[in-house]
Amino acid sequence: MSSKSTEQKSSDHGFNSILSRFEPVIGLEVHCQLKTESKLFCGCKTNFGAMANQNTCPVCLGLPGVLPVLNHEAVEYAIRMALAVGAIIRERSVFARKQYFYPDLPKGYQLTQYDLPYCENGSLTLDNGRKITIQRIHMEEDAGKNIHGDNASYVDLNRAGIPLLEIVSAPEIKSPAEAADYLKKLRAIARYLDISDGNLEEGSFRCDANVSLRPVGSKTLGTRTEIKNLNSFRNVEKAITYEILRQADVLESGDKVKQVTLQFDAAIGRTLVMRSKEDSPDYRYFPDPDLGALLINEARVQNVRANILELPEQKVQRFQDTFSIPEADARQLTEEKELAAFFEDVVQKVDGAVAPKIVANWMLSEYLREFNARQWHFDKPFVSSERFARLLKLLGEGTISGKIAKAVFEDMAASGSDPDSIIEAKGLVQISDSAAIKAVVDQVIAAHPEQVAQYLSGKQKVYGFLVGQVMKISAGRFNPNLLNECLKEALHGKS
Amino acid sequence: MSALEPLALSASQVAQEVNAGSLKAHDVAAAYARRVENLHRELNTHIEWDKEAVLNEVDKQLAYIEAARYAQKSLPLAGVPIAIKDNIMVDSQTVSCGSQLLRNHRAAYDATVIQKLKAAGALLFGRTNMDEFAMGSSCENSSYGPTINPWNRRHVAGGSSGGSAAAVAARLTPLALGSDTGGSVRQPASFCGVVGLKPTYGRVSRYGLIAYGSSLDQIGTFATSVQDTALLYEVIAGHDPADSTSARIAAPQGSLASTSSLKGKRIAIIKEFMSEGLDEDVRTHFDQALDVYRAAGATVETVSLPHLLHCIPVYYIIATAEASSNLARFDGIRYGVRSQKPGLSLRELYTQSRSEGFGREVKQRIMLGTYVLSSGYYDAYYAKANRIREMIRREIQGVFEQGFDLIASPTSPTTAFELGQKTQDSLAMYLSDIYTLAANLAGIPALSQPIGLCRKGLPIGMQLMAPAFGEETLLRSAQVYEQQINGTEKFRPRI
Ligand SMILES: [Zn+2]
Repeated sequence: MSSKSTEQKSSDHGFNSILSRFEPVIGLEVHCQLKTESKLFCGCKTNFGAMANQNTCPVCLGLPGVLPVLNHEAVEYAIRMALAVGAIIRERSVFARKQYFYPDLPKGYQLTQYDLPYCENGSLTLDNGRKITIQRIHMEEDAGKNIHGDNASYVDLNRAGIPLLEIVSAPEIKSPAEAADYLKKLRAIARYLDISDGNLEEGSFRCDANVSLRPVGSKTLGTRTEIKNLNSFRNVEKAITYEILRQADVLESGDKVKQVTLQFDAAIGRTLVMRSKEDSPDYRYFPDPDLGALLINEARVQNVRANILELPEQKVQRFQDTFSIPEADARQLTEEKELAAFFEDVVQKVDGAVAPKIVANWMLSEYLREFNARQWHFDKPFVSSERFARLLKLLGEGTISGKIAKAVFEDMAASGSDPDSIIEAKGLVQISDSAAIKAVVDQVIAAHPEQVAQYLSGKQKVYGFLVGQVMKISAGRFNPNLLNECLKEALHGKS
Repeated sequence: MSALEPLALSASQVAQEVNAGSLKAHDVAAAYARRVENLHRELNTHIEWDKEAVLNEVDKQLAYIEAARYAQKSLPLAGVPIAIKDNIMVDSQTVSCGSQLLRNHRAAYDATVIQKLKAAGALLFGRTNMDEFAMGSSCENSSYGPTINPWNRRHVAGGSSGGSAAAVAARLTPLALGSDTGGSVRQPASFCGVVGLKPTYGRVSRYGLIAYGSSLDQIGTFATSVQDTALLYEVIAGHDPADSTSARIAAPQGSLASTSSLKGKRIAIIKEFMSEGLDEDVRTHFDQALDVYRAAGATVETVSLPHLLHCIPVYYIIATAEASSNLARFDGIRYGVRSQKPGLSLRELYTQSRSEGFGREVKQRIMLGTYVLSSGYYDAYYAKANRIREMIRREIQGVFEQGFDLIASPTSPTTAFELGQKTQDSLAMYLSDIYTLAANLAGIPALSQPIGLCRKGLPIGMQLMAPAFGEETLLRSAQVYEQQINGTEKFRPRI
């Protein structure tokens, strides 16, 4: 869930030296698919994975004579996003027709907001504290999909008319890492607001990146290129990094960057030209006469505001305040809404047996390691909050040691069993019987007279070795506190 | 055999007798089917007439009408035949829009007006000829050949709903639906001597009408009397959730409460419309009609509306801009006719299918519309046209705010012109709509009623305009006129 590749890249020697000469200027256009029940202008279903053209009707097929009717659930979702990024909502916005010919575009035009979008001038704060302006957000419908095969082409219009938000940042992003962070933040917000599943693989969260370079210190913008349809955080970083390197090459060889539209080939890690500025079509935008203006009054905005859920930033603050955990932990835990919910659930269930800080540590290390390694999804948890809490409780009560707890957790993840039966079956309960511990301690001291002598002559390091020997014999089951007590007592008794 | 002769009855009378059980809907259908069979080829009123198929469909309605009668439920259009312009969807019937491009296209659903007609007990009686994609003022732009004026075979029926107007005038049906974007109901109604109503924009759902100029289009009615017009209008009007531009105003009822006086009504006539280009014969009859209105108690005053002189360019910019966009969906990919030329690339396939499928006038308007929306010209044409449209709307609004109830004008500056006379001169053709365009640009209701015959024996129409949602005023005033001239019998061509 955290990206280490970023730091590797920015530590890359060539890249850093380019950044000392050029300043990248990056703007992102994100397409966020809204998870409404029905499409933007008709009543058709929006579910993913339906049979081709199953989710269609005369309206989204663009049959002659049909008319669009705006879906007000989509408008409500759009308002939520606007409020979450603190933007201005226009009272009167307009849907325009963007006209071009393509088989996946049934009407010969796409309905999208153009010069009067419903939302303008919001912002989003990155982890590094920089505030990125969101210039505008507008609503639009998706197009269909062309499928090519067996010497013929087919069109699937299930996606045609699916509601999208296009979220356009100002060209204020300064590095590939910032771009990835911006995107993650935006996705988290969309998921927190429950307006999008933010699924990059299924295309419900896509990104176009505009990239230009200018000499450090320059105020004028360089020629920008646009990379289309980036569908993973990794590819966003990789594509922008590649594009910065490419443009720097062009500029340093004395050439001019050409204004082109690019696509990123992830397999070869390069951007490729799709079309140049010269072949970009004239879309002949004009206001759609079939829809009329979209009016959003203050009462409607207030109504949405009243029902808005907790956003990532607010949650980060609340986690710090309520659970006394560091900001970094709170940020990581709130990256995914479900992760945050799981954490809160576990904290509640351990019921004070361990501190929230310990729960957080476990979540961010053991839990996430298993989660990522096994590519789990939150909707199919590999360990329930009850079992996870039970494990931490056993640890807190001293029934098992931390080391054993980790082993038990790994077993839980692999076998799907509950902690109690694993501990029982493997006989892992912590031993707090001082007599038993003392017996082993004496045995170890007797077996290692040299080390004992070293310790008594002041070499503290040897102490750890002796603890290790005792634990080894106990298979890690001795209560560490008691072991400490007994070992020290025995050693000092010798002196 | 019924004692009543269905062809001699008005739509209102047919419904009344069928509801009462004194006339069988089946006999009405048979009588009208015979008449259509005899006359439709001569006049080319129908794009396709398959008597058997029509009567098969009618059979379903007959069962519904019978059931309603047993339940003692009165249906407003019980057993009344109605012809439908070929740009309105009737489920599983061909809807070609007068174009080769859609000659094989079957509608997948019912337009809202069709649902309402079916529920009202109407009998759908074939689809009528029209200018291709409703673009034209003479019905000569149909790819199925021109409709002939039932008053004189050498003259046009008017456009674009010429088939519907001629069918009602020739009594092939008591009622018909058309669509009116710039006068396409009123002008052919005037040319054929029937009553044509274009309701307020948003009064009748456009769902299921193949769009031409979306902000101007409105489905309208044809009938031989004001009473039948009101009957049909009340059935099809009302809010439709499937049409976002549909007005949220309750469906009208009792538009024709008995009235015989226009005492206190103020009628405005437009100075700018009464000058050059207006046929002397038309002017004379218009003046006489005003006298009839005066005799019924109305006062008539002249007003100046200078912006109305810009109606033609403003209309052709807005209508063609919207049309270029609305017609983009006809790409030959998913429905309609696809070019069979081998070895075409995707772009060539679009171009070739559209080149083969669209007629000359449609191509001309698509090109014009594409031009006025293209970047660099948008402000000079489209945006400016919209500003002037707003000025026109305000200017007309101002007349009503001054206390006028109606604005009257001839419907067209001339009577029906000869076939072929204007087909080579687009501008001359466009000028025939000069008096009707304003109502579409302003979104207000307008009605054309027959007021006499010119020296050649062709009908002359008068147009009344009212403020938005003032259909009742239009209908009541026009009915008083009808009473004053002792009915509309004299406006029946001998055929
Ligand atoms: Zn649909």
